[in-house]
Amino acid sequence: MSEAQNISSNNLSVIRGDRPVFEDLNFYVRRGQLLKLIGPNGSGKSTLLKTIAGLIDPEKGEINSGENLITGDHDWIARNICYLGHKNALKKEFTVLENIEFWANLWGMPDKIKPSIIQMGIEFLMDTPVRYLSSGQTRRTAVARSLCHPGSIWLLDEPTVGLDDQGLSYLSGSMKNHLDIGGIIICATHVDLGIDESMIKILDLADFTSTSSLHMEGW
Amino acid sequence: MKNIFFAIFKRDVHIGWSQGSTSSMVVAFFIIVVTLFPLGIGPEQNMLARIAVGVIWVAALLACLLSLDRIFQADFEDGSLDQYALSPLPLELIVLAKALAHWVTTSVPLIIITPLLGILMNMDDDAFMPLIYTMLIGTPALSLIGTIGSSLTVSLRRGGVLLSLLILPLYVPVLIFGVMSVDTLILDMGGNAPFLFLGAFTLFSLAITPWASAAAIRLALD
Repeated sequence: MSEAQNISSNNLSVIRGDRPVFEDLNFYVRRGQLLKLIGPNGSGKSTLLKTIAGLIDPEKGEINSGENLITGDHDWIARNICYLGHKNALKKEFTVLENIEFWANLWGMPDKIKPSIIQMGIEFLMDTPVRYLSSGQTRRTAVARSLCHPGSIWLLDEPTVGLDDQGLSYLSGSMKNHLDIGGIIICATHVDLGIDESMIKILDLADFTSTSSLHMEGW
Repeated sequence: MKNIFFAIFKRDVHIGWSQGSTSSMVVAFFIIVVTLFPLGIGPEQNMLARIAVGVIWVAALLACLLSLDRIFQADFEDGSLDQYALSPLPLELIVLAKALAHWVTTSVPLIIITPLLGILMNMDDDAFMPLIYTMLIGTPALSLIGTIGSSLTVSLRRGGVLLSLLILPLYVPVLIFGVMSVDTLILDMGGNAPFLFLGAFTLFSLAITPWASAAAIRLALD
């Protein structure tokens, strides 16, 4: 696993359309920590994750990992950041195994395929086309796919959506493992993940909602 | 790097064939459009022979256009495009892999069926091979230019019509030089300048379109 010691942001501001989503946002997470993003709907949790992943350009501010400035550094992001968004990025016409295999091979991690499928408890679905899966099973497949990623920083956007209790416990097990081996997780969720409080930092995005956008909402 | 490129190419070809619809529907559309012409303008053989090459080229353009929106649309909707953007392979090469897959799943079947349609249109015997050559050289440009339209309209709900408006004007050089080069190759006069222009246009689009499409995709993901 490639090692990132920490990840932090410095006065990050993002504008979507004409609306400032958040302003002057600062966070710092180091190895073995989970940063839990909370905040009301529309407060910019997904936007922040996408910004860290480099899918959205920040209006101002920067994201650093140790000495590296990672805003716009595609190669660094591809090596170190694993992003799981709302969308599962699975092809309906392929089986669970084929879907996971494709991405694992793309990331150069074919030996992680089997362990992550077992980790999420979907071995019995391996040869089932994704179109026949329930939404929870699809989400499990997407999580299993993300587990194959070599990066040490996980960005998870509502990973628990659709998961049942068992799926949730598998997920939190994988997350604990990842933190134990020195990984970093930034996760937008409102669910209690059952992870030791000492490893969790909480970032409430409501604190950074820009005053001008509040003004516009009242308008 | 090369493995990833071919993995994406194979995946797209697989999707194109496995749905059963993409390739076969495009070929069916191509055949129907060409058969409409003898029905519309009457079975006068000389007339048909004269317009055969142009009709087949225009029909190929339209058939290709029909399948363009699928290049990025499905990947955008299911989130694969986000993952591609974060993958170790540059987005430009991913565009190229997808354009290649599009060419293999749509244009190659069209070229294979072309001789049959040539017979239907009473095309000159001399014209068959030149037409196939020019299509082989010219159709990659259709897929490559198509990626620009497809990536620009990827985030629009009903981008199909806009896509046609954007892309058809850009297809005009392919049509002009495609038809002209068949004529010059048959008559064996005037050299092969149109043929070279056609090849140059394909190479030009190969050099430009991956960058343009990748930029458009980054905008769409924003």
